[in-house]
Amino acid sequence: MEIKDIEKLAKLARIDLTEEQKQAYLKEIGEILGYVDQIKDVVAKAGDQRRVPDLRNAVRADQASNITGENTDALVAEFPRKEGNYLKVKKILEN
Amino acid sequence: MIDTKSLTIRKAHDALVKGEYTCVDLATAYLENIKKFDANIHAYLEVYSDVLEQAKMADERIKNKDNVTLLTGIPISVKDNILIKGRIVSSASKMLENYHATYDSTVIKKLKEAGAVFLGRTNMDEFAMGGSTENSAFGPTHNPHDLSRVPGGTSGGAAASVAGDMALVAIGSDTGGSIRQPSSFCGVVGLKPTYGAVSRYGLMPMGSSFDQISPCGKTLEDVKIVFDFISGRDVMDSTSIEKPILNKEKTKLKIGIPKESMKVDGLDKVVLKNFTESVEKFKKLGYEVKEISLPNINYSLAVYYTLIPAEISSNLARFDGVKYGLQQDGENMVDDYFKSRQAGFGKEVTRRIILGTYILSSGYYDAYYNKANIVRDLIRDDFKKVFQDVDLILTPTAPSPAFKIGEKISDPLTLYLEDIFTVPANLAGIPAVSIPSGFTEIAGKKLPLGVQLMSAHSNEAVLFQAGTDFENQ
Repeated sequence: MEIKDIEKLAKLARIDLTEEQKQAYLKEIGEILGYVDQIKDVVAKAGDQRRVPDLRNAVRADQASNITGENTDALVAEFPRKEGNYLKVKKILEN
Repeated sequence: MIDTKSLTIRKAHDALVKGEYTCVDLATAYLENIKKFDANIHAYLEVYSDVLEQAKMADERIKNKDNVTLLTGIPISVKDNILIKGRIVSSASKMLENYHATYDSTVIKKLKEAGAVFLGRTNMDEFAMGGSTENSAFGPTHNPHDLSRVPGGTSGGAAASVAGDMALVAIGSDTGGSIRQPSSFCGVVGLKPTYGAVSRYGLMPMGSSFDQISPCGKTLEDVKIVFDFISGRDVMDSTSIEKPILNKEKTKLKIGIPKESMKVDGLDKVVLKNFTESVEKFKKLGYEVKEISLPNINYSLAVYYTLIPAEISSNLARFDGVKYGLQQDGENMVDDYFKSRQAGFGKEVTRRIILGTYILSSGYYDAYYNKANIVRDLIRDDFKKVFQDVDLILTPTAPSPAFKIGEKISDPLTLYLEDIFTVPANLAGIPAVSIPSGFTEIAGKKLPLGVQLMSAHSNEAVLFQAGTDFENQ
């Protein structure tokens, strides 16, 4: 792994990193991956026994479980930027 | 004066219903302890301003004999990643420093119905990532037994609040040992229930296939009482399961000691000696003890630190500064994400997001994530097989007693190794409890040690039974 790989991951994760962070993560993530690599040997020995998980999707009736508007004020109060009851965001499409 | 040191839920409940003291008296005693001790310990991020009002409401219930439960008026601390409607809940992160919960978690709803009194929210590692509570964005918690040492983590504030007599019981969470390791470091009892036994609705997710809300108290009985109130199936959490049967006394219990766990690198001599003594104690109590084998258990950490970052990078994608939480102004909408996430997340959180992004990225998903899931299944199978033979598995809770603040924080991998004994239960989804097993003396300070009992899915009953036997010995 190189610095440019860390930069690519940071871009995918939508997070800015300082130069110092990039250097530190390059070293630490390398060490962690070195450690977790041992699972590859186990699978090589045991074989690829991938299974269907026990947990299945649980579904419920497609009905609203709340009363319209009951949470609006609480949710709107947490908006970082707003206009009235609207969440305000920056322009996404350029002209 | 209420003697909080020796107080249990049942003792407090009896005194409250007999009218020896009121819920307000009880809450006041704990608030005074917090005032006296918490400046040095820092278990709490916030002590609620309405504690006495809550206690007054509990007193009303007791006075009117209106739906009085064992928890009515009992002062509880709540980890900062569990939602209480209208109150700040921050996961000890700058990202949510001023965020108010918009609904009650199921656990809180149940505790409110029972009449519990919430004292405040306790400190933790940011978004429950760490093993020492040093990753809190608001400063570390100190171990009540030695202020120069960590309380463990991530529920360090929860364990310290109980150990420091600043709450009668605590609600924390456990993803890879987060209630058990701090309980061991602080000399209290911490239960990680079966995966799904307690609804996760309203618990901030970290590793969704591992997380469990977990009670912490001074005695097995206190922990059992709280667990009894908060467990059970919940329509709001599709992974939740029916409440297990809590009382089924079984005679002739058999304990297995995994031989692989005794060969762990970095297992402190003091811990090993204490563990051997604990094994002898169980033998004296009439338990049959035998060596067992869990062939894949020592791969647990490698599996955990592959799957956990992957789940984290997905779960924490929601924090983008748009709908709630910290927002930093960038050049455009997308730049806002980059800046908000940089400003909001601490070092360890960012490290795990980047690592998880790598593990889930095209080309590596199969090499890491899928392989880790295969080994997770092998570990589950190992446990299943062993529990056909033994009722319980006994290990130390942590490889060492509480370490110094600052000692391990600079090296993430060293800190990860702290979880060696606790992670397997989360991988397999089985219940596990850490119980106090004595002390060791270092530099004139008595530091607590703990042992861990694990049992088969939904068999918390046997943990309570064996734990109580051990406790009474």
